[in-house]
Amino acid sequence: MSYDAKFRVWRGDASGGELRDFTVQVNEGEVVLDIIHRLQATQAGDLAVRWNCKAGKCGSCSAEINGRPRLMCLTRMSTFAEDEVVTVTPMRTFPVIRDLVTDVSYNYAKAAQIPAFTPQARDDDGNHRMAQIDVERSQEFRKCIECFLCQDTCHVIRDHEENKKVFAGPRFLIRLAELDMHPLDTVDRREAAQDVFGLGYCNITKCCTEVCPEGIHLTDNGIIPMKERVVDRKYDPLTWLGSKIGRRRTD
Amino acid sequence: MELEEHAYDVVVIGAGGAGLRAAIAAHEAGARTAVVCKSLLGKAHTVMAEGGIAAAMGNLYPEDNWRVHFRDTMRGGKMLNHWRMAQLHAQEAPDRVRELEDWGALFDRTDAGLISQRDFGGHRYARLAHVGDRTGLELIRTLQQRTVALGIDVFMECTVTRLLTDDVGIVGAFGYWRESGRFVAWQAPSVVLATGGIGKAYKVTSNSWEYTGDGHSLALQAGASLVNMEFVQFHPTGMVWPPSVRGLLVTESVRGDGGILKNSAGNRFMFDYIPDFFRKETAETEEEADRWYTDKKNNRRPPELLPRDEVARAINSEVKAGRGTDHGGVWLDIASRRSPEYIRKRLPSMYHQFKELADVDITKEAMEIGPTCHYVMGGVEVEPDSQAAKVTGLFAAGEVAGGMHGSNRLGGNSLSDLLVFGRRAGVAAAENARNRAGRVRLADDALTSAARAALAPFEREGGENPYTVQHDLQQTMHDLVGIIRTEAEMKGALERIAELKERVANLSVDGHRQYNPGWHLALDLPHMLLVSECIARAALERQESRGGHTRDDFPTADPEWGKTNLICSRGPGGDVGVRRQPLPQMPSDLAEIFEETA
Ligand SMILES: Cc1cc2nc3c(=O)[nH]c(=O)nc-3n(C[C@H](O)[C@H](O)[C@H](O)COP(=O)(O)OP(=O)(O)OC[C@H]3O[C@@H](n4cnc5c(N)ncnc54)[C@H](O)[C@@H]3O)c2cc1C
Ligand code: SF4
Ligand code: SF4
Ligand code: FES
Repeated sequence: MSYDAKFRVWRGDASGGELRDFTVQVNEGEVVLDIIHRLQATQAGDLAVRWNCKAGKCGSCSAEINGRPRLMCLTRMSTFAEDEVVTVTPMRTFPVIRDLVTDVSYNYAKAAQIPAFTPQARDDDGNHRMAQIDVERSQEFRKCIECFLCQDTCHVIRDHEENKKVFAGPRFLIRLAELDMHPLDTVDRREAAQDVFGLGYCNITKCCTEVCPEGIHLTDNGIIPMKERVVDRKYDPLTWLGSKIGRRRTD
Repeated sequence: MELEEHAYDVVVIGAGGAGLRAAIAAHEAGARTAVVCKSLLGKAHTVMAEGGIAAAMGNLYPEDNWRVHFRDTMRGGKMLNHWRMAQLHAQEAPDRVRELEDWGALFDRTDAGLISQRDFGGHRYARLAHVGDRTGLELIRTLQQRTVALGIDVFMECTVTRLLTDDVGIVGAFGYWRESGRFVAWQAPSVVLATGGIGKAYKVTSNSWEYTGDGHSLALQAGASLVNMEFVQFHPTGMVWPPSVRGLLVTESVRGDGGILKNSAGNRFMFDYIPDFFRKETAETEEEADRWYTDKKNNRRPPELLPRDEVARAINSEVKAGRGTDHGGVWLDIASRRSPEYIRKRLPSMYHQFKELADVDITKEAMEIGPTCHYVMGGVEVEPDSQAAKVTGLFAAGEVAGGMHGSNRLGGNSLSDLLVFGRRAGVAAAENARNRAGRVRLADDALTSAARAALAPFEREGGENPYTVQHDLQQTMHDLVGIIRTEAEMKGALERIAELKERVANLSVDGHRQYNPGWHLALDLPHMLLVSECIARAALERQESRGGHTRDDFPTADPEWGKTNLICSRGPGGDVGVRRQPLPQMPSDLAEIFEETA
């Protein structure tokens, strides 16, 4: 049930590198991350890779497999033909540190700029009351495992390094949407979304949605509603005022 | 030597639930605080937790309160828990959960709009605050965002290899950056260990790569003691097929939400394994068990929801008796009991996990499952109110700390443990720092020796590959120090561990210091070995079966052993010693709880 697969893995560091060929054993039920681990244990002890859970929950093992942004632990070997060459390269949008590991500090810098969650007061008995249907909108975005595959795929930053200064990327646009839709939050982040995080740069190609391993509808459920609300605010000061003073926003 | 140095009041090692909660508490108490972690921020093991956070909030069952939670926890741990920790935990968990909400967490709701609570094994009432089955992600993301909002310094992808001490106690810590391999030292009068568990010493485990027992080992080397290391929890339901996912967890919520266990003959076998200790509160017939899901007041719990140690042993026995599946597990069936919509709604990440990793649709087929190494109840011996270890300035919280869970942890009680004791450790660490301010200094020779030890694997040529040694250690622990143990096996394990120690002392690694996983593993291995030795020694010593520790040669629980803790510490020569220590006496007002609710 085992067979020998052909792998091409990018090896190198910030100063440069190249694709290296390996022949490596594959067993039933294995995923790409298993193969990378076997390479480490048998042929390349210093092959750098990030991983943590091997269960698609931590978002550490992001890479490009045959050119597609994927999680290595969720890519089953059975999806490839036995004679197919499987190419594994680091995420292209971020600077390489070594081998498959990239410098993702851009994402942490953007996260730090987001105005924090600021809740309204509790009810008199010390509880917050919310209906399940109201929490579900934000819950969808809170499923995000911060794998940054959406960041990797978004052409606004993938091909334009200079945009990183003005554009936070899809992961953080949905973080803003999540806070915006949070039933308890009291801060209006629409202006910041536009001016600081670059919402206007997104041209709704939906590539981010396609690669999200959590199946989050970033564009349809997060980014587009945010865009609509920003426009709303620009042209209708009354809606904006309503949202600031209303106990629970309805829009 | 090139060395980056920092000075803080409190350094927290670990950025899981316990570490982040400790850092927030220390920061809020006014301490200059740093958090150090091996992975990127937000990726710690806590992110994987699924089922929920146990807290007696009484949102669904007003009868629930801290006294019932305390009782369940102590009974789950077969009365070996430190009573004071179990008490504080049960009393403070609800506030810790509410506070998460004020930091942005969005829990599932009850019909009345309150935080929803779900059923788990060993808990009398539905008590787990949860978000579908991704509660750990919610918890860690909330604490991560709070940490960032407060501006706490985080050193991520940075590993601590040594704690630094003087005659009085802690003065700081030493480590390296993964990215560059460069060294870094923190001067600090308080260090909080929140490094999690030890599961990577085992072959079949639900644990992440970080679980190499670093904190247990660092504490031991700094002069602290470990309590009850023999108690390792094997979660009853890990995936068994395909081999590449063997050990991955299937959350207990599958059983809490109606899933049942069947052997290869299709029998619901758990009814054959109800211990006397839990007979009164467990259903006797399938009909009663099934009625319980809708009417909890008038029926008793299904035996599938017995505490984990009982279920894991039962599965083990079925498989040994030849009633297991082809791949050595049993069936966990929810498909025939709940609608596909219900399953997808309540267990979205389980659905996803089986679909993606095993190509199994759990709304249509049963899951093939078996026990997997999951959690270590043993850990750093701490003072319950402050989480202070036996070394001045050293604190421990979360999975690395011992005592709270006795011989067996109830599901959901870890996430609440992280919050309650993470906070307490942070507060106490800040206070200790105030008392010792200006009185700690890093000694040059200690730094040089730490650096030399870390670089040793590069200096050696022709030594063994660390991956091979790790593999052999995992096989040893799996074969000899697993769910069922005997004296001969423990002795055999100790011999093999001694051989592995020699091999580890002679490892060599390829390449250079920058992001080199072979090197990182070479530095983790001595921790794993030290912890494995403690487990085997304590398991050899405890001549009874209780909770997570089952001795084939002493198959029952012994009341005398029920009064005894086992303490591991390092002698002057570096050897691990085990001694017996009486359990702390529970005050009578707490002891009464067991009578009133019996
Ligand atoms: C699949 C799964 C599901 C679970 N579900 C539940 C559940 O539903 N409910 C529940 O209560 N419990 C659950 N648990 C248990 C619970 O998740 C863990 O016990 C808990 O998360 C441990 O948290 P912690 O803060 O102690 O450690 P962790 O979250 O593991 O954090 C440890 C931290 O220490 C760092 N670290 C370790 N060593 C070093 C070092 N040498 N230098 C620097 N940093 C270091 C790591 O990088 C990491 O940041 C589950 C566990 C698993 C595996
Ligand atoms: S939809 Fe917007 S954010 Fe998403 S990939 Fe396209 S441009 Fe980027
Ligand atoms: S939104 Fe999806 S793709 Fe983007 S970081 Fe989160 S989980 Fe990954
Ligand atoms: S290793 Fe955690 S998502 Fe792949």
